[in-house]
Amino acid sequence: MSRSSTERATELSLVEMLRWGWRQLTSMRTALLLLLLLAVAAVPGSFIPQRGVDARAVQTYYVEHPKLAPVLEKIGGFSVFSSVWFSAIYLLLMVSLVGCILPRIRVYARALKARPPKAPRNFSRLPASAELETDKSVDEVLTAARRLVGRARTDVVIDGDVGELRAEKGYLREAGNLLFHTSIVFVLIGVAIGSLWGYRGTVIVVEGQGFANSLSQYDEFSSGTLFNPETDLSPWSLRLDDMSTKFYVKGSQRGAPREFKATGTFSEAGSAKDHDFKIRVNHPLSVGREQVFLVGQGYAPVIRVTDSSGEVVFDSAVPFLPADATYTSTGVVKVPDADGQQLGFQGFFLPTAFSASEDEASISVFPGALNPRIGMNLWVGDLGMDDGKSQSVYALNTDKMEVVKDGDKKFRVDLGPGQSQALPGGGKIEFVELKQFARLQIGHTPLVWLPLVAVTASILGLMGSLLVRPRRTWVRARRVGSRTVVEVAALDRVPRDDLPADLAELLDGLLAELGPDSYLKEDS
Amino acid sequence: MNIDQLAQISSYLVGSSFAVLSFAFVCHVAEWVTARKQTPVAVAVGGSESTEEVELAEELASTADRYSAVAVSLTVLGTGLLIAASVVRGLAAHRVPLGNMYEFGVTGTAIALTVYLILVWRSQIQWLGGLVLGVSLFVLGLSLSTYVPPAPLVPALNTFWKYIHVSSIMVAAGMFMVGAAASALYLIKVRAEERGTVGAVLSRFPSSAKMDRLAFQVNAIGFPLWTFGTLISGPIWAHYAWGRYWGWDPKEVWALITWIVYAGYLHARVTAGWKGRRAAIVALVGFATFIFSYYIVNLMASEFGIFSQHTYAK
Repeated sequence: MSRSSTERATELSLVEMLRWGWRQLTSMRTALLLLLLLAVAAVPGSFIPQRGVDARAVQTYYVEHPKLAPVLEKIGGFSVFSSVWFSAIYLLLMVSLVGCILPRIRVYARALKARPPKAPRNFSRLPASAELETDKSVDEVLTAARRLVGRARTDVVIDGDVGELRAEKGYLREAGNLLFHTSIVFVLIGVAIGSLWGYRGTVIVVEGQGFANSLSQYDEFSSGTLFNPETDLSPWSLRLDDMSTKFYVKGSQRGAPREFKATGTFSEAGSAKDHDFKIRVNHPLSVGREQVFLVGQGYAPVIRVTDSSGEVVFDSAVPFLPADATYTSTGVVKVPDADGQQLGFQGFFLPTAFSASEDEASISVFPGALNPRIGMNLWVGDLGMDDGKSQSVYALNTDKMEVVKDGDKKFRVDLGPGQSQALPGGGKIEFVELKQFARLQIGHTPLVWLPLVAVTASILGLMGSLLVRPRRTWVRARRVGSRTVVEVAALDRVPRDDLPADLAELLDGLLAELGPDSYLKEDS
Repeated sequence: MNIDQLAQISSYLVGSSFAVLSFAFVCHVAEWVTARKQTPVAVAVGGSESTEEVELAEELASTADRYSAVAVSLTVLGTGLLIAASVVRGLAAHRVPLGNMYEFGVTGTAIALTVYLILVWRSQIQWLGGLVLGVSLFVLGLSLSTYVPPAPLVPALNTFWKYIHVSSIMVAAGMFMVGAAASALYLIKVRAEERGTVGAVLSRFPSSAKMDRLAFQVNAIGFPLWTFGTLISGPIWAHYAWGRYWGWDPKEVWALITWIVYAGYLHARVTAGWKGRRAAIVALVGFATFIFSYYIVNLMASEFGIFSQHTYAK
């Protein structure tokens, strides 16, 4: 073997290898395996809490499984659906899908122009066939047969004493098939665009307070990598006037939510005019490019703290985050300077407090505010607000603080609306009034209609590919003496039960058209 | 009549339906047991058996047929009772009875059995009866364990998308159930056909090819419905209720898994090396993932600390 030919051989094998790899990837079997692998890969995402879905559940998981959690973290267990391995599977699947669709579109385009195939030589090998005899001519037989096969692409070829009708129908099946798979690609493209350029944030707005749509105003915010908060947030603002909640008071569903409604006004940028809004569950508000959803609500008691000299050092509505179905809520009050001390209050808010006896702690028995009470402990020391790190307004870091005692028990704030209580170091704390807050989710998903339209198109394609059933029918007529021998056969590419019945119908029609001197041959 | 009385009547109807459907199930079992008594020799007609043996075989076959007919009649009765239970429950709660797991179970089983009976009427699939009733009784039993008294809806459920979403999924599930039963029987029969051990019981069922075709047909109807229920109406509703159309909620993940597995099934049926037995196994896995997302996801909150937003009222 000469040198050059060896080189050519390796070169070829490299190309061949790539081609082999491509063929493997785009083969049906690989696509099928990738598809089933994707299903398996999605399973852990439903058993392990996901950061994108519920970040708090992930924190809890860390506390409960301190050894397992870091391992899971490393392999992307807390963000399965954006992990490398999950992405790898669906990207491969996408490539396989596209690699499968493109050649098939080409083949289909050619098939659309193609004529129905020639009749096979031996009809008796086909799943359904029959033979009949008539005195009509070949031409008459085939004309009648052509009329009877109905809406199909047909060719009649006559060559001397022999002629055949070739009929094929069900071309839309492959069209449906291609539409389905192409649409799936568009669904994924639409979802990708939505998550790359979209964003979602939540904010707590207390009655009487406002919200302006800029990044700094959000409590939680997550956006796609290509989202630009400088330009992509449309400027508008809203003001919450009333958060109304209704709960069932009777029966087994006592305490279940009945209606949540947030009302107020909003104004768009450049317009001084205020518009009224009403947001309910299932009925968001569209403003600017965004939509505003009501996703939660809770209580925000207005708390005032006065120091020993009578100066008001804290006066604000404090949202308490509900923790259960009866709205037992937790909250924190941070007072950075009261008589030179830093104070931290931490505790509960109960909308309907109830205590079975004097010594038992109160619990909340109903989510509506029938007997609202605040119960908090007091801490003094360093709130940790000065070290520049941002901290949650809903949590108190007590590392450098000391709990204030009253005798040998913890000092306890216990207030109803309008009540006040003296603090051990002088001054007082007051529960001024009770307000409610709305938790709003605000977001924008560009091209949100694209996945929807594409899935709808995919269903139409799917129905086409499942319901349209291609069938080939052949009728061959041969003049033998003064008689014409007619052979009829049909073939389904997808086997169906109704083939014999349909063929019988075709034969009946043919016999009726051809007149009395025609009959079915028995043994066929 | 007040709510409690109506709810009581609905519960009685569910109980009676459960009993009647159990009898129907027993009749199907009796059908198989009777068929079993036919000796394989007697089944092979046209031999040297005595006339009595042939007569006995014929008599047994007609007895089995009668059991089957009684089972279908009982299924019609049981399904009627279940539909009545669902309607009365709706009257009690003043809404469509799809508000919680218990109602999903009762109404869903009623819809699934209706789908089955329509197919019995159209395509004579009563040979599937035993398995279909087995699964139905199982699902109905699961939902009885989640009983809650009737009550109005929480706000998130109060939208017409819910009915579109839930009803399309239930009809799809009915189709999948029939498909799974056909696939399971297919696997048993195809094995017997290959080994040449088709006995008296199995010969009462259609050929494996026919079962495979039926499984495909019902799954092919179920799959677009499932797509509509989980990937169109579900996301639309989720968009309005939760502000996102897809959020990787456990129920969404499992609905997608079911979708993927059934998509796999449809492809497997036309893939060399996968059609037939492997495709049938994929279909059964698909149905298992449906049962999982239907029932177990709702219990995962307590087991794994993962709260599905789809967990309403239970």
